[in-house]
Amino acid sequence: MPEWLSNRRNGRTQDVAVWSKCPNCGEVVYRRDLAANSFVCPRCKYHFRMSAYDRIASLIDGEFVEIGADIAPSDPLGWVDRRSYPDKLAADREKSGLIEAVVCGFGNIGEFEVGLGVMDFHFRGGTMGSVVGERIALLLEESLRRSVPCIVFTASGGARMEEGMLALAQMAKTSAAVSRFGAAGNLFVTVLTDPTTGGVSASFAFQSDVVIAESRAVIGFAGRRVIEQTIRQKLPDQFQTAEFLLEKGAIDMVVERQNVKATLTRLLEYAKPVAR
Amino acid sequence: MSNNVIVERERGLVELERRIAEIRAANATQPVDMSAEIAALETKYRTIQNEVFGSLTPWEKVNMARHPSRPTALEYIERLDRFDELHGDRQFRDDPSIVGGFALLHGRPVMAIGQQRGRDTKENLQRNFGMPAPEGYRKVRRLAALASRLSVPIVTLVDTKGADPGITSEEHAQSEAIAMCLHEFTIARVPIIATVIGEGGSGGALALAIADRVLMLEHSIYSVASPEGCAAILWSDAGKAEEAAQRLKLTAQDLQQFGIVDDIVPEPLGGAHRDTDAVITRVWSTVSAALTLLAPLPPAELLDRRYDKYRALGQWQGRSLDPVAGAS
Repeated sequence: MPEWLSNRRNGRTQDVAVWSKCPNCGEVVYRRDLAANSFVCPRCKYHFRMSAYDRIASLIDGEFVEIGADIAPSDPLGWVDRRSYPDKLAADREKSGLIEAVVCGFGNIGEFEVGLGVMDFHFRGGTMGSVVGERIALLLEESLRRSVPCIVFTASGGARMEEGMLALAQMAKTSAAVSRFGAAGNLFVTVLTDPTTGGVSASFAFQSDVVIAESRAVIGFAGRRVIEQTIRQKLPDQFQTAEFLLEKGAIDMVVERQNVKATLTRLLEYAKPVAR
Repeated sequence: MSNNVIVERERGLVELERRIAEIRAANATQPVDMSAEIAALETKYRTIQNEVFGSLTPWEKVNMARHPSRPTALEYIERLDRFDELHGDRQFRDDPSIVGGFALLHGRPVMAIGQQRGRDTKENLQRNFGMPAPEGYRKVRRLAALASRLSVPIVTLVDTKGADPGITSEEHAQSEAIAMCLHEFTIARVPIIATVIGEGGSGGALALAIADRVLMLEHSIYSVASPEGCAAILWSDAGKAEEAAQRLKLTAQDLQQFGIVDDIVPEPLGGAHRDTDAVITRVWSTVSAALTLLAPLPPAELLDRRYDKYRALGQWQGRSLDPVAGAS
């Protein structure tokens, strides 16, 4: 484990579980073996939902310096449903070791410095509230300032309802930041992981230059249940999978997790600035 | 029976209105003077009207925003000096839930784009209840890009439960269509004024509402999710929609405080449908005044201001790299 990651994890409750059960085939896998296999089930190739820091560790060579890490969610609406929003945030903080659903920062993938944002479904279902939007915007602005490519891994149930319209407004904020970044001519890549839906799917996830999806990830605008209720019939299993979207022409490529870093590296090579 | 609480409440008033009219008619032909009784009934009418509509709860506003008689986008657009509708996404089909084209507003060329729900069952089916498909959003993007190129300001009318959640819409990449609409509105080099006239439902509404000025009618709503959807997910009980509406802060008045909405256009007591002409006139003069203020700005400054406006939205704790941005 790199030093930045062990520092980050000190005192956190991460990695308590020793064994993980595959949600797809039921195989019970030793956690360390699973990590060594990029969190892909050795039996059925099911891609486990990865934590943000595991993902970053799997991609970044050397140091990873975070940006926007010092901002944390507040409770603008004073939200309460069956639990209060601050209670939910505290529980997710405990569970995931994160203070928000995205981690952003800078580091190297091979020889290339990149801005990297990684969403984590274990925190509020990866939903986008003010902090997620702000961190993504900061990442894009700082990537622009440094003239480096930007890569964002998405995993999200959409806009975070507990922050109301301020959450929806983050779709506008991130869109504006992507537009500015893109106008300056650098490469923006999104890697859509399971699941990527709603307000994240309908904003920066699909505004990138190259849209990659991890194998079998569920990707869509409306949730499966909503569609099934609307049409009153069951949807086929393949509906809204990465493979389905590839066939429909919505994404550029479907990549197995073990090949994601190599794929990103090749894209970074094409986009490398050349002396003119 | 309507399941709309506003429609239900109007029944009592309509009954009272009918009685007042009857007595008036009778009073004109009969020897007994009943003007005192008429005055009493009218006072009662105004009292009830004030009680019923004087201050609406968020849930009542949700119902007002969905009122079957509430003026729709086309009623606004038809009131412009001129309108030449442009159709289609140039790729697959024309989506009737989006209406757009060149128009003249107080003599000024504009690109008017609205979400159109049906005014009756037949039109609702034709227009998919105002829920745009990807083709609709691609039409919006096309028209916005055209307006930007020709330096024609964009005015939008937002009124949708949300983007269409069907199989075909997913197959045609609804997410991408909305995402690219948002993108286009962040780069359009002309003033954009968005007005929420009814229901502003989630990302499907925002796709027409990244704007230099966002207006809302007094009793319209704008929400991250429908109260019913929010209740189903967060309470696991769709019956909690009224409570969800209260919590979501989806009224124009709440959203102005969060900086989401710039201006509120007043409605007559009882809602926009009680005096459609007055409301439409008021909306267009507010939009026109906003355009007049924005017109002198060079495009680069307009875009910078729009960027800063959206960049500042949000609330969090702690320091950001940008100390002015929205920290609470």
